[in-house]
Amino acid sequence: MVGIVGYGAYLPRFRIKVEEIANQWGNDPEVVKRGLRLKEKTVPAPDEDTITISTEAARYALLRAGIDPEKIGALYIGSESHPYAVKPSGTVVAEALGITPDVHIADFEFACKAGTEAMWVAHNAVKAGEVEYAIGIGADTSQGAPGDPLEYAASAGGSAFIFGRNKIVAEVLHTASFTTDTADFWRREGAFYPRHGGRFTGEMAYFRHITEAGKMLLEKAGMRPEDITYVIFHMPNGRFPLQVGRMLGFKKEQIEPGWIVPEMGNTYSGSSPTGLVATFDIGKPGDIIMLVSFGSGAGSDGFIFRLTDRIDEVRDLAPKVKEMLDRKRYVNYATYAKIREKIILNE
Amino acid sequence: MPTQRHWREIPQRYRLEGNFCPDCNRYFLPPRLVCPGCGRKELTPKKLSRKGKIVTFTVIRVPPKTQELKTPYPVAIVETEEGARLTCQVCDCEPSELRIGQEVEIVFREVMREGKTGVIMYGYKARPV
Ligand SMILES: [Zn+2]
Repeated sequence: MVGIVGYGAYLPRFRIKVEEIANQWGNDPEVVKRGLRLKEKTVPAPDEDTITISTEAARYALLRAGIDPEKIGALYIGSESHPYAVKPSGTVVAEALGITPDVHIADFEFACKAGTEAMWVAHNAVKAGEVEYAIGIGADTSQGAPGDPLEYAASAGGSAFIFGRNKIVAEVLHTASFTTDTADFWRREGAFYPRHGGRFTGEMAYFRHITEAGKMLLEKAGMRPEDITYVIFHMPNGRFPLQVGRMLGFKKEQIEPGWIVPEMGNTYSGSSPTGLVATFDIGKPGDIIMLVSFGSGAGSDGFIFRLTDRIDEVRDLAPKVKEMLDRKRYVNYATYAKIREKIILNE
Repeated sequence: MPTQRHWREIPQRYRLEGNFCPDCNRYFLPPRLVCPGCGRKELTPKKLSRKGKIVTFTVIRVPPKTQELKTPYPVAIVETEEGARLTCQVCDCEPSELRIGQEVEIVFREVMREGKTGVIMYGYKARPV
């Protein structure tokens, strides 16, 4: 059996409230908050990016795994905000963790699904017997264009998962992927902000891919929604994951522990993975946990995990998602615009 | 900071790999070639802990070009649990809130960028726990 042997999330300390963004653009804050079911979002410090977030999340995962970092034979990072267009993020992270040079590294991209992609490949590298341990990371410091509805949600954070065969915390029971060519959201090479297909992003993209992947996964597992203890879906806003959960037959209580989007925002590749960590933070041995991501373009990856007795031993070895969400400092829109480099400076 | 020097210093900058004099029981980061206490040249490599406290600090208000988004920012001497003293920026805090003796953790951050198109350099900073 292959599973997760260590996991960790990392969230920046800065926050901006929905009100602050809405007032900037002349929108009614209450309408936005009700419509998107969001309160605030994380904002990266000026010296934080996908590489630093991945490194901190991976360090927390190593604390929980309690393994020698040199035994990690593969490291994969999924992100849509890799700091370089050409030059991998993974090499910096691997060097910071002390797992080079005997390691296989790749950066992944697939909009918000890149994190679960990295997890899927890390899981299979261990399953194939190629490496003893592999680490899959999803992290982002995403930007929505100023004034675009995406700006209310696009936030920063990430999570890391170490896969292996010994000292498993969460066994991987089943996986499934559902993928089609759907241009619901994109960013062309050289463009600073992404664009999206408005209403097209909902029904044909998010809802279709998640429900189809979710059904495939449940069918493969021979399970019904009531057999699942907790479920996590990609969280582009507060409303969509609750809605897609209802469509698949899940209750709000099954979704709630991983539904951290009202306080975190949409951390893109780090969204459903960090929801998974938040769920591990409160889970009990034997709990069955299902995860379905979504990435525009478009596709969904699904996993079903079962927590082992070891969850109780490792939980407190690194900070929990709730603790990181509670440790915060608010910034106003002007500071946010400055540190997110929305203001043009002279070279 | 030239990129090549930064590359050579990756072990200390990314992983806090300093060294240690067994005669004086002193730890160093950056690692030293010679122990300033006894002149010993064979120092033992040692990875330092990421916990420490602020020994002293100053606040930079007139920054170099590469740091202007962070101004004003504190630069501190941090003593690790082992007693090694290192100099670095303190992040995620208001300078007015910092105190001597404050506990910090050493985190991994971007330290410098060669403009909009150059190399991004990473290293350690301290932040209040
Ligand atoms: Zn000495």
